[in-house]
Amino acid sequence: MNLFVFCFRVLLLLVIVLGVDSSQALEAPKDTRQSSYYLMTPENRAMQDDSNLNPALFWVMDGLKLWKEKTGNKNVSCASCHGDSGQKMAGVATQFPKIQKGKLQTLEGQINQCRTSGQEAPALAYENKELLALTTFVATQSKGLPIAVQETPQNKKDLQLGHQFFNERMGQLNLSCAQCHQDRAGLKLGGSLIPQGHPTAYPIYRIEWQTMGSLQRRLRNCMSGVRAQQFEYGSQEMAQLELFLMWRARGMPLETPGVRP
Amino acid sequence: MSKTSRTGITMPAQAKKGAIIEIRAIVQHDMETGYRYTEDGKRIPRDIIRLFTCQYNGEEVFRADFYPGIGANPLIIFTTVAVASGTLVFKWAGDDGYEAVNQAQITVP
Repeated sequence: MNLFVFCFRVLLLLVIVLGVDSSQALEAPKDTRQSSYYLMTPENRAMQDDSNLNPALFWVMDGLKLWKEKTGNKNVSCASCHGDSGQKMAGVATQFPKIQKGKLQTLEGQINQCRTSGQEAPALAYENKELLALTTFVATQSKGLPIAVQETPQNKKDLQLGHQFFNERMGQLNLSCAQCHQDRAGLKLGGSLIPQGHPTAYPIYRIEWQTMGSLQRRLRNCMSGVRAQQFEYGSQEMAQLELFLMWRARGMPLETPGVRP
Repeated sequence: MSKTSRTGITMPAQAKKGAIIEIRAIVQHDMETGYRYTEDGKRIPRDIIRLFTCQYNGEEVFRADFYPGIGANPLIIFTTVAVASGTLVFKWAGDDGYEAVNQAQITVP
């Protein structure tokens, strides 16, 4: 008997004997990923959903103003190249961090790149109000669209490093991101639920901060929480960790501008 | 904080005479308490909104004093009775000459 046919028959027999339901094996595993939006109180959810209550909308409006403002030596605005409404930016935020000219770039980094080369204006510092406003404005254009970060031959190495950072124990408390946000997600730390840590709503208006903040600010928060040396704002490590988190949340809809407690 | 900032009002455009209407007024403001210090030990001066008022056809129907304990971008939700068609004027005034004004129309058939 042909070996192939033999193998097939054995396999078929196994399926029958073990009662393996092949349709179940083919079905994609149920997505258990969850945005931390669903862990919030109804009041906080309403704050995010209602455009008249969401304070992040102030940053969106500021961002639109900056978008149209001519600046730099070249005296051009973002709108000069990318259109007045910003609608052309739909889907852009879902692809970042992204390899641009051989370097992994976050959305904030790309905005600064545009500023320094396209407008010849000085780069904005991380957590600067204007940078947050522009980032929020651009990211909001992708609201509701699925996160589209994929593994590519170009970003493979960065993605691996990001994954490594996620699993690496750090700080005096010697904890990794994964120990809380993967292994213990849904359990409690102090009084609050541990979220799965999907960056679906950044930049966020965090009520604790009383202002908008970037994903990197949030990541530095956790790093100081475990008494680790924080990654620098705008560093390559940060971008790699961001990349891994966005890849981990791929397919989940972007909520920007989000509100978190 | 600049001398003025963005504000937002949410309230019904129309209401029956005598009905209780809910008004939401949000304002963009850092509400710097005056109790914080910079990294080099300098005190950051207080910069908060001190007073919020709402006038309904020229008559004051709501007033609130603000203190340093109130968070950034304060949202005030209050109610009033729809008595007549007209204009509601909302004013926020604060430290360092800060002032913001917004208004909304209501029709009471």
